[in-house]
Amino acid sequence: MTASPKPSIGAVLTAPIVWLARAADMPLRAWQRLTGRGGMIAFFLIPNMAVFGIFVIVPLVINFFYSVTGGTALFLSDRPFVGAEHFDRLLTCTDHFNPTTCREDMFWTAVWNTSKFVVLQVSAMTVVAMITALILNSKIPGKAFWRAVFFFPVLLSPVVVGLIWKWILQRQGLLNFALYELDMTQVNWLTERSWAFAATIGVSVWAHVGFYALILLAGLQAIPGDLYEAAEMDGTKPGRVFWRITLPLLYPNLLVVIVLSLIRAVQVFDEVFVLTSGGPGTATLYLTQYIYEVGFASVLRNPGLASAAALMMGGVLVVLTLLQLGLTRWRDRK
Amino acid sequence: MSVLRMMTARRGGKGWHWTDVFTWAWLIMGLIVMFGPALWLVLSSFKTPAALAEFPPTILPYAAQTVSVTIDGQVKDLPLFTTTLDDGTVRQLAEVRRLGTMATMVDPANPTDSVKVNIQNRTPVRQIAFATSNYVDPLEKNNFGLYLWNSVFVTTMATIITLLTNSMAAFALSKYDFRGRNAVMLLIVATLMVPLSVNLVPLYSVISQLGLLDTLWGVILPTVATPTGVFLLRQYMLTIPDELIEAARMDKASEWQIYWRIVLPLTGPALAVLAIFSVVWRWNDFLWPLIVLSRKEVFTLQVGLNTFAGELNVQWHYILAMTVATMIPVIIVFVFLQKFITSGIASTGLK
Amino acid sequence: MKLKTGLIAALASTFLATATWAEEVRIMWYSDGNEGEVMQDLLNRFMADNPDITVVLDNVAYQTIKEQLPITLAAGDGPDIARVTDIKALADHWLDLTPYISDPEYWKTNFGAQMDWMRPDGSDAITGFMTQLTLVGGFANKTLFDQAGVALPGEGATWDDWVNASAEVQQSQGLAAAIAIDRSGHRISGPITSYGGNYIGADGMPAPVDDGVKAFVTKLVEWTNEGKNLKDVWVSAAGGTYRAAADDFINGQVAFYYSGSWQIANLSTKIGDAFDWVATGSPCGTTACSGLAGGAALVGIKYTKHPEAVGKVMDYLSSEAVVREFTERTLFLPAHAGIVAAGGLNFQTEDPNVKAALEKFVAASGQTSPAADALPAWKWASAYYTALVNRTSQAMAGELTLDEAFARMDQDIAEQVKQAAQ
Repeated sequence: MTASPKPSIGAVLTAPIVWLARAADMPLRAWQRLTGRGGMIAFFLIPNMAVFGIFVIVPLVINFFYSVTGGTALFLSDRPFVGAEHFDRLLTCTDHFNPTTCREDMFWTAVWNTSKFVVLQVSAMTVVAMITALILNSKIPGKAFWRAVFFFPVLLSPVVVGLIWKWILQRQGLLNFALYELDMTQVNWLTERSWAFAATIGVSVWAHVGFYALILLAGLQAIPGDLYEAAEMDGTKPGRVFWRITLPLLYPNLLVVIVLSLIRAVQVFDEVFVLTSGGPGTATLYLTQYIYEVGFASVLRNPGLASAAALMMGGVLVVLTLLQLGLTRWRDRK
Repeated sequence: MSVLRMMTARRGGKGWHWTDVFTWAWLIMGLIVMFGPALWLVLSSFKTPAALAEFPPTILPYAAQTVSVTIDGQVKDLPLFTTTLDDGTVRQLAEVRRLGTMATMVDPANPTDSVKVNIQNRTPVRQIAFATSNYVDPLEKNNFGLYLWNSVFVTTMATIITLLTNSMAAFALSKYDFRGRNAVMLLIVATLMVPLSVNLVPLYSVISQLGLLDTLWGVILPTVATPTGVFLLRQYMLTIPDELIEAARMDKASEWQIYWRIVLPLTGPALAVLAIFSVVWRWNDFLWPLIVLSRKEVFTLQVGLNTFAGELNVQWHYILAMTVATMIPVIIVFVFLQKFITSGIASTGLK
Repeated sequence: MKLKTGLIAALASTFLATATWAEEVRIMWYSDGNEGEVMQDLLNRFMADNPDITVVLDNVAYQTIKEQLPITLAAGDGPDIARVTDIKALADHWLDLTPYISDPEYWKTNFGAQMDWMRPDGSDAITGFMTQLTLVGGFANKTLFDQAGVALPGEGATWDDWVNASAEVQQSQGLAAAIAIDRSGHRISGPITSYGGNYIGADGMPAPVDDGVKAFVTKLVEWTNEGKNLKDVWVSAAGGTYRAAADDFINGQVAFYYSGSWQIANLSTKIGDAFDWVATGSPCGTTACSGLAGGAALVGIKYTKHPEAVGKVMDYLSSEAVVREFTERTLFLPAHAGIVAAGGLNFQTEDPNVKAALEKFVAASGQTSPAADALPAWKWASAYYTALVNRTSQAMAGELTLDEAFARMDQDIAEQVKQAAQ
């Protein structure tokens, strides 16, 4: 992709792509002459938006119809219209901060657990990913090796991640065995509420931090080096360089990291499901597990209720993201 | 060149600055915490089913050591135990049989002479043993060659289409001002929120209507419009100065040329990141292929290896072994692609 | 890209071509152990004798059967034959094999007892047969009992007897807990009926939780709080998630394990010679000593295009010799009445614990209570099980009091019923 002086494997592999791109230029020039810049915008957008429309928007619309229809049938034609009944069932509470007073106590337990999880996990994830990216971008020997070390867990499927950590953290697991050998007190990591909650945060950070560190690393690579050289010549303190140069220039990537990790945190499921399955009690029951159980895992499915819960969760997320994007714009304007 | 270099450069012979210590502490911790469990997974994949179920788990795969003993003219392989005898001596004895809590043990060197030992007074002698059958059995029994081809096909196709369509859309959304741009962006970000498990049933109906059930395209297409990719690439393209594009337009470059000759090369690191993730995601995709693919001709590796997960029992030894085996191709891709991330764009004349 | 599409099309047409000269029957199958391989062996023999029928065994993850198959079926699609566990809830989709099998009487004689499990209420269709019958029951670690010098409770021993004896073993041997029970509503329903519990109301709809349910659940929660029942299994999950406690039993962490007959092969492989274990049947409550039957069935699917071929395959797979071989090689309990009556199954294992355990389970299958026998053919059973597990484990975790838990169970079940009625 980048021009390199000697032909590498990458260059050989990208050669056909380059050839195709060149060949496409003639007809596209004609198209541009015919339709102007607007036509080109359409050309760039349409392939993605078509796939997007068919496989994301259409199912979403179907989902909306699920949420206002009742019964256990999976096909819309077999489902009677029930209006806002599912939403009503989810929202009925004497005190929304106390799930046991709610009609759907599990839903509200999941809502509060998820909120707590999202705030803590996203902060932990951003900080750890940032530190890791900065260190990986610094002058250390064996960079490629260290990058691989932090990225490695991303390659694992969530089920396997959950499983490894379960074996480490369970009552008779590797960690307690190590503590025993060191004559330290053993802890029931997965059956004590706060430890289990912390474990779900830790494990999900472990599994995905390489992903976000890599995004930040790509951003750090893009910051022109002469900026730092200038700063160095001016004798600017490193901490000041970080706040004044690195952070502002890294902002687009940082936004990606925060938005994506926020969304992923709200949807947390697979690895936590294997690790704690929502336990102890309901201490790590998160929204996606609730939706999954209501809509799919039980024999008597309730797709309507599941969709209603999902739409509400989506709605909250849209608001959160809008706030975040609005903040960016306000900041940019400033 | 970078902040950390400045931050971590050792200060003129005055020993280590605190940032050096911090960097190395972070790296060593990372090595243990990030790599340790993954390494342990690889070792565990060589354990027998019994060893996998064992508490506390061992680090290395072990198996009980046996010795050949001739008893009554027959050669038998008997398990070896470190035994504490009644008189307090400790010897390595082989077990002939066990009834309840008492075992009949013999000295392998002198098999005619047997002693009865309470089983609490002995521990099995174990040696490191790799249960390679975890790998060999599933490879022999299943058509993993076909599954591999299917996985490679899905991953390659999905990644190529993802990179192309996402980068085109991201280009349009970052470098042109047009009415509805914010609406499109909002739509994309909004749909990021919908977890797949919620969309399963409607998406299934769509795929079914399009006749894509039990085909690999049914797995590929729903994944390529990933909002994550568009979002990631757009954020990155925003950092490319518009002056470069204006200059190209002055030189009579077509919009298409601007896209693939200027913007794409400058987006290199982000494209490499997206390519790595796309490969990893598609390679590890499990829930959706499981729903679309129910015929073994079109199974991908993940679907294939999960056939060892039953209702009441899961054959973890096979699943772990096959997981490790399926990780190898992604590691290769990662090693190859990550060079693009470091190649950087700082030197390409961007100010 | 076009080239690849062409390749796929070519591949697909080859498959279609094979389907035209031989009728293709697809079986969707999942495996807990070696049964997939055994089944493939048996089918290979069938295909050698019937070259006009190609049987493809699609070995899938259980999750596919549980989550994908119902959606496919609702769309009027699916494989030709499937091995399923939700046999009652999905009964509307099964094919009535009666016109396609050679001897319906043979089926009725040998598989009649479970036919109601897999057909809609009031129907007399023959939809399939149980590949395996399971029975819920206990296992004791005899070696641990011996080491502690505690006698194994004998016939007619109650749940309290078993828990107290196991607690003595726990004390003496320093175990993590005395007993462990799988986290599953199905598992505790046998014992509940032993205490007089009954889920089914007079109208066939779910009844509110009764004194029998309350009696056993209360005991279970008490045992958990006293550290006698292994807390981890139940507490470390939310919702209706299934958790097996087999590993704790295999590692000698508990003296008594309440699970079921399907664990036998698993225990045999993983325990090996480490200790002696025995099947105990189900401990007694106040009115019975009941376990609960269950299992997986092989059923024909209504939407098949080759019902005759399906009939032939099913005839072959249900024939006595084939069922016998399948049973002997998989260490399953047979559902075939003729084979059960004839006995003399030559289970293919060298582990003496296995044969004794299988025999014990066969004997215990005669002791199930009428209330338990009604459950497999009752369509609301799963709703009840889920509510039981979910709320009982919350009570164990201290999130709900027992009374709150019972009230929530009733509410959960009522919501499910109301939903399904829409």
